Parts: sequence; structure tokens; C-alpha cells
Amino acid sequence: MPLLEPRANPSRLMQWTAPLIAIVLTLLVGALLFYSLHVSPLKAFYVFFIEPLETSNGWSELALKASPLILIAEGLALGFRARIYNIGAEGQLLIGAICASGVAIYSNGAEAWWVLPAMVVAGAIGGGLWGAIPAWLKTHFNAEETLTTLMLTYVATLLLSWLVSVPWRDPGGSNFPQSIMFNDNALFTLLFEGLRVNTSVFITIAAVLIFWVFVSRSFTAFQIAVGGQAPAAAHYAGFSSRKTVWLSLVISGLAAGIAGAGEVAGPVGQLTLSLSPGYGYAAIIVAWVGRLHPLGIVLSGILMAMIYIGGDAGQVSLQLPSAITGLFQGMLLFFLLGADAFVNYRLKRRKPRSLHKKVTA
Amino acid sequence: MIENLTPILVGTLGAATPLVFAGLGELVAEKTGVINLGVEGMMLIGAIAAFAAAVSTDGNLAVGLIAGALAGALASLPFGILTLSLGANQAASGLALTIFGLGLSAFIGQGFVSYSLSGVKPIAIPLLSKIPLLGPVLFNQDIVVYLSFVTFGLVAWVLAKTRLGLVLRAVGESPEAAHAIGYPVIAIRYGAVLFGGAMAGIAGAYLSVVYTPLWVQNMTAGRGWIAVALVVFATWKPARLMLGAYLFGGMTILQLHAQGLGVAIPPQFLSALPYIATIVVLVLISRDRKLLQLNLPASLGKPFIAGG
Repeated sequence: MPLLEPRANPSRLMQWTAPLIAIVLTLLVGALLFYSLHVSPLKAFYVFFIEPLETSNGWSELALKASPLILIAEGLALGFRARIYNIGAEGQLLIGAICASGVAIYSNGAEAWWVLPAMVVAGAIGGGLWGAIPAWLKTHFNAEETLTTLMLTYVATLLLSWLVSVPWRDPGGSNFPQSIMFNDNALFTLLFEGLRVNTSVFITIAAVLIFWVFVSRSFTAFQIAVGGQAPAAAHYAGFSSRKTVWLSLVISGLAAGIAGAGEVAGPVGQLTLSLSPGYGYAAIIVAWVGRLHPLGIVLSGILMAMIYIGGDAGQVSLQLPSAITGLFQGMLLFFLLGADAFVNYRLKRRKPRSLHKKVTA
Repeated sequence: MIENLTPILVGTLGAATPLVFAGLGELVAEKTGVINLGVEGMMLIGAIAAFAAAVSTDGNLAVGLIAGALAGALASLPFGILTLSLGANQAASGLALTIFGLGLSAFIGQGFVSYSLSGVKPIAIPLLSKIPLLGPVLFNQDIVVYLSFVTFGLVAWVLAKTRLGLVLRAVGESPEAAHAIGYPVIAIRYGAVLFGGAMAGIAGAYLSVVYTPLWVQNMTAGRGWIAVALVVFATWKPARLMLGAYLFGGMTILQLHAQGLGVAIPPQFLSALPYIATIVVLVLISRDRKLLQLNLPASLGKPFIAGG
């Protein structure tokens, strides 16, 4: 017995209520989870979501984590609108970080002003190129981008592992797989003395504005969106699906690459194996929870950053396992997709009997 | 070289076994029109459930496998509800399942990091295992490898020769027609998704209880995704899936042996080979659009809401 029937028109109300429903359900299940771990849910929520924001350091960390998440998600959302599922932003981020680090390492000692800008550009190019590979594979060989972007992420991880263990390993670093610490001219300037948040957040703010204008004003963005929602109509209108694939993957790779540069030239300060706590994957959720909308993504990026910070705080003060962050991320996406069903469908109402007879007769 | 060949081939079968189980499960689900990108997550959940169950029963393999299968099937259930009952996007839901599985398995696994199991001894089949070369490779394996042969035989036979197989394929080719004839399309797809979950769970169980045998966070390392790619490579044919799985198993083992023999290539580059090979294989198959169209289950990835 089918439970759902299609709505005549997608519900705009549900479109924006769905993320709220998903957040509430995630918190409810989270409360049960805390309870089963013998932690008072109220105390846990306080430690997770309120305590970190009682200090200026907490706000600094929030901005520091939200920034790459938002930047990557803005790029991904562009592709998701066109149903190009780049799920390898993590790999594009790592390649961006690698390219930016290359600039920092080979210019080490040069007291030049251009080092940091060059790192950002290198990160953008690296991430963009890493996104261009699946775009080429898709347009020329019809290979699924979901699988190729993901496989390339594993390749990027191994490349990073080789670089920090052999050619770029810090000779004075007691054999740890990590590069030298970067000079000040290879790092973003701190915004406030003693806090880690830095000027890279302005890149994200600029990106949000650019994406907002691009999505709402440009014809290209319109073509991309039509290509995703009505491929046949897009084809009829002469919109190139190849162009959509290239734009989606290169732009999202570029954004992720810049985010990677921001990590090594920011809070991390060197090239290491653990430079990203899965930002590339979490940004996928951020894009969806933010309804693929440039401003919605800002809100969902802040929420996701809170989950990261809360997870860290819960580990320190409640001895909760750190993996709880991933669990919350997964639940949030699950509940969102479930709530999203009600954008296009509604619960089936019982049909009058007479009508039913007519159908079967 | 020849004296190295036997251990390489023996290892190949072991390395391929998780891919065989996970790939066959995904193949059956896709045959009914459902693409589940959550294989990686289901494998991880199966791996930790099996490991936990085996640790608490002094390494009982059967308990581990059953726990893995049950956990994998259970993990596939939210994906089924989302995509089959609520008509959600299959790619997004599968991805959600993978992210969730990574988180959940790491969460549960934090208590099991320090444990280890003794593994499983191979069982030599009398007489057959004495055949030169082939004997030790095919007939001196652990019981799960034999089980993978049986599973392959069953899946291939059911899909090709039985009424059930016909119904499964019909649901994948044209759910509307199957529904009109009176087959419960949604229920059949639920069955296929749960089967895929159980198979992925067994694949994970093999990794954590037999192959490694340890629990390591994110220990599947992309094998679930490779299994999804193998189904495309196999053009939805079980025999070709086996071929693909052994090819990848062989590559994994060769890479380990190359490292052991001191080949002057950085180990990271060798480790990257299976992932690069997956891309190459996908490209080779996908560029032949006709071949793909001919074999692709027609309704793959499309939601079906009865009466919708």
C-alpha cells in the first residue's frame, strides 16, 4: 500500500522546513544517544552547542571551521543543482593544500609579499585541475563522476602521504611525516591577537557573494540548473551538458583547493597528513542542508562547524568518543533526505470507494 | 617466479573475497533498479558488528558472519525506507549511508581498537587440494572463500535460470509493467536492497574477522566503492563480476609482494594502483555507450512510487 502521492507542485514551505525538521530529529536521536551513554542530554547539549560560544576563542574556532565548509559547499552546490555529484571535494582540498604547500616550501626563506597570494592561486589551480580530471573522464568517456571523484580522493591521500614522508619531510622534524612549519609570509594574518581565526574568512565571504550573484543573475548558472532539473528541456534549448559538467567540477574543485590552501596557510601552518577533518565530505551535507542556496549554505556551514566544535568539546569535557561528530553528520543527512520527500510528495489520503471501483473495473 | 605464483594466487582469492560478496549484493540490488552507493558504509557496519560478535565469542567465525550479515542488512534499511518508501534521490541516500556508516562504525569501534582475533585456518579439500598449482589456490582456502564460490553460483543461477530471477530483472527493466502484472515492486526492491546490505555486511565481516583480523577505523579503504565500480565493469553479469574482483584482488596482492621484494617504487604509489585501475576500468567500459545501454537495468536510479 503506497503511503505517498505526488504533490501537484513542490512545496516551497517544506523545502525550507525540511532542514529544521532534520535538525530537530537529529537532536532528538542525539539526546537518546547521550542518555544511553549515561550523559545527561541537557548537559551534553550545553557542552556541545552553548559552552563553546561563551568564549571569544569559541567564536574564533567557529569561524575558522565554518569558513572552509561554506567555501567548499558553495562550489559543490553549483554542481549538485545540475545533478553532477562531485563527492571528491576532500581530494580536491588535499591537492589544493599540496600545491599551496609547494609554493611555501620552495619559496622558503624568501621574504616576499607574493608568497601567500601565490599559494592561494596554486591551491585554486591544483583543486581545479583535480576536478578537471573527472570532468574530462565524464565528457569524453562517459565515466560516472561519483566513482571517479571518490577514487581520485584516495589517490590524493596517498600522494600527500608520499610527499610528507619523502621529498617534503621536515629534515629537522624527528621523522614525523610532516613538512617544515611555514614562514609568516606564507600564512594568513590573524584577525585578533591570541585567536586562530584569520583573514582567509574574507575569501569565503567574497565567494559567498560571488556565488550569490552568479546563481541569481547569470545565464550560465540558469543553464546549469535547467540541465539538472530538466535535461531534455536543456538539450532542446541548446544548452551544452558538457559545459555544465566542466563548470560544475572545475569550479567546485577550485573552491575546495582554495579551502585546502587556507588550512595549510592557516590553522595547520604546514603540510601534514591530518590537515582536514573530513571537510570535503561534510561540505556535501552542508550543501544539501543549505538547500543548495548560497545564503542557506552559510547557515548550514555554521551549523556543521558547531557539530565539529561540539564533538571536540564533548570529547574533552564529557569523555565522549570523537567519532560522535561523524554520527551526527550522517544522521542529519539521513533525516534531511527523509523530510525532503515531503517537498514533492504528501501522505496519501484515503480515496472514496466509488472512485476506487471505477479504476478496478 | 613460479614458486612465488602460488602464494600470490592464494592471496588473490582472499583479497578478492570481500569484493565478491559486496559486488554480488550490489549487482542484485541494481538488477532491480536500485543503485546503492552506501556499500562502503554497510561494509564498515558489518565489519565492526562481526568483529564485536567474534571477540565476545572467542573468535567464533559463524557468529561473526551472521552478525555482519544482520548488521549490513539492518544498515541498508534506512536507505530502503528513504529511496523506496519516500522516493528520495538514490545517489544522495547512498552517500548518506556511507557517511553514517563511517561515523557509526568508528563510534562503536572505539571500544574494540586494542583487540585482535587469531584468524581462520584454511581447510584443504582432500585430493583436490593436491592438484599442482590449482589445488592449493582453489581448494586450500578458508571456509568463507568457499562460501563466496557458492554465493556466486547461487546468484548467477537464480538470476539466469529461475522465476525469481526473471521477476527481479523485470522489476529493474520496467517497474511499471511489473506493477501492472501484479508484482509488488517495492517489496521486491526492499528484498534486493536488504540482500545487498547482508552481502556487504559479510564482506566487511570477512575483512575484520578473517582477512586482517583486527578492527581499524575506516578499514574498508574504498573497497565498497570499488565493488560498486565492479558492477559497472561487469555490465551487471555475475561471472564478469568475479573476474573483475579477482583482477583487483590480484592487484592488491602484487602490490604487497612488490613492496616485500623491495621494488624501487614508493609504497604509496603501489597502494594507489587499485584506485587508478578502478578509474581505468570504468573508462574502458563506460566509453562504449551502446554496451552500457544494452546491459544497464532500464530503471536504474529512478524512484518508483506505485500509482504515482
